[in-house]
Amino acid sequence: MTPKELALKSIGYRKNILKYIYGANAGHTGGSLSCIDILNVLYNHTLNVGPDNFKSPDRDRYIQSKGHCVEALFVVLADKGFFPESDLETLCRYKSHYIGHPTRKVNGVEQNTGALGHGLPISVGTALAAKMDNKAYRVFTLLGDGELPEGSNWEAALTAAHYKLDNLTAIIDHNKLQITGRTSDVCNTDPIDLKFESFGWAVRHVDGHDFKMLQETLDELPFTDSKPSLIIAHTVKGKGISYMEDELKWHHGVPNKQQYAQAIEELDNAVATL
Amino acid sequence: MGAIIDNVLVSDKANLDVFSGTLQNLAELDRDIVVVTSDSRGSGKLGPFGQKFPAQIVEIGIAEQNLVGVAAGLASAGKKVFAVSPACFLTARALEQIKNDVAYSDNPVKLIGISAGVSYGALGTTHHSLHDFAVLRAVNNITVVAPADNFETEQAIAQAANSNHPFYLRFGKKVMPALPTDIDNSFSFVKGRIIREGKDLTIIGTGETVYPAWQAAEKLEQDYNIQATVISMHTIKPLDYELLARVAATGKPIITVEEHSVYGGLGEACASFLLQHNYHNPFKIMGIPDEYTVTGSQNEIFNHYGLSESGIADTALKILKQKH
Repeated sequence: MTPKELALKSIGYRKNILKYIYGANAGHTGGSLSCIDILNVLYNHTLNVGPDNFKSPDRDRYIQSKGHCVEALFVVLADKGFFPESDLETLCRYKSHYIGHPTRKVNGVEQNTGALGHGLPISVGTALAAKMDNKAYRVFTLLGDGELPEGSNWEAALTAAHYKLDNLTAIIDHNKLQITGRTSDVCNTDPIDLKFESFGWAVRHVDGHDFKMLQETLDELPFTDSKPSLIIAHTVKGKGISYMEDELKWHHGVPNKQQYAQAIEELDNAVATL
Repeated sequence: MGAIIDNVLVSDKANLDVFSGTLQNLAELDRDIVVVTSDSRGSGKLGPFGQKFPAQIVEIGIAEQNLVGVAAGLASAGKKVFAVSPACFLTARALEQIKNDVAYSDNPVKLIGISAGVSYGALGTTHHSLHDFAVLRAVNNITVVAPADNFETEQAIAQAANSNHPFYLRFGKKVMPALPTDIDNSFSFVKGRIIREGKDLTIIGTGETVYPAWQAAEKLEQDYNIQATVISMHTIKPLDYELLARVAATGKPIITVEEHSVYGGLGEACASFLLQHNYHNPFKIMGIPDEYTVTGSQNEIFNHYGLSESGIADTALKILKQKH
């Protein structure tokens, strides 16, 4: 898929994220909009996973550590054909499996996540199993920048480097906001790159909304043989909707009717600019 | 002391030793068996395993949360994973990983809590696990097991290895004499094992308390002609309600004995069932009370709280004197 085709797809994904969050009157709007371009490139360019091979032991794995941005994942999985998109009309409804965090009850979801700091250790174990079995599959995990203070991430970062897991890639959705405020004000984790490098990882920075750059960067994995890879994706929370961008209140804010209409109009207008 | 099995005298061992030996036998035949340790291969008696199967042991270092998360990832990719760490750290520090990564995600990790209960004795409360039954009983989708002797340990490990669901198994370090198998020589999870039968009362133990419960029953017979049934309730959750109902139906007293807080463990699990099914047998929970745990060796702590032959026998005499 060309960067322009991916860009068009992301507009559709953003419209669906908003549609189902608006319908459910719940969801993590800002973070889903900041990470959706990354998921788009992963599922439409990088990962060898789809409904046909999801049970195969050789598939690539995607584990979403920032589980609260499940709306982005659901929209992409529906588009890939893991389940009918209409299922998402039950988002957060009584007895629906489409709840506010990923669960394996939904086809295409690898692990139940939601508590932060869990995706990286599980991904390390999964990548280690590939090494033990001489399998070629790769493991990708998406972390929020706000979950980096969880100590389990750093425990797992040590293990990943110790076992030379160059089949493991962690991507940080670095939108620089968390529920309380700026990540740098809540608990400063900078410099993220130097920390991971000192832990034995190979690190790259990307613009998390630049499709070409995301494609090229993911194509170069692993960045260094025998080292796990970290991609720090610089993103904008609420990306694509003018009044949501970099605004804290959209962490889990839900648009009202008028705001929803404006957001859809902005996204429709964006198609013409591609 | 030893047991005669198939005309061979088998020396008693610590359940922990039987665990590591059994795992070694299983690993010989199944290359997917993987042990994950947190600098605990020595205390888990897994040194020989590591030497024999270096490709089947993963060392994490002292990081229990990561131990359980990595174990879940390995299990999700088809490995038969035994995550081995002292019970005190495994079930407290890594509880969220057990709840989410193992139980909720149904990743079939076998969590092995070593040196459980007060096995670490004088190392103190940081090293005791008197909460593990309680917290794990409240977590959905994990079987909680405390084998009493070498036989139960071997069976539990072999059967758990072939299950596709999560388990927590805890062991101590003490040499455990073989319990009689003349009444029940089988082992399956969720089926309490009857060690001894008697008409006057029932003593239900789990793990390393079953042996003193059996000793107490022998003493009661010899000294007072009191006949006690003794049950090894190795599976704490799910509990063998059928067996419990059967002994409760006699109307005779029931005593539970566990190396755990009296809150939230075997005793309260039994009490909950009995009350909700209208059984009103005289009932006593023996365990570690809710207080600053007395200091000393495991044996001294057991004796202090009456989890001993004489302590359990005294409790039985008292409960039999109660009017009911």
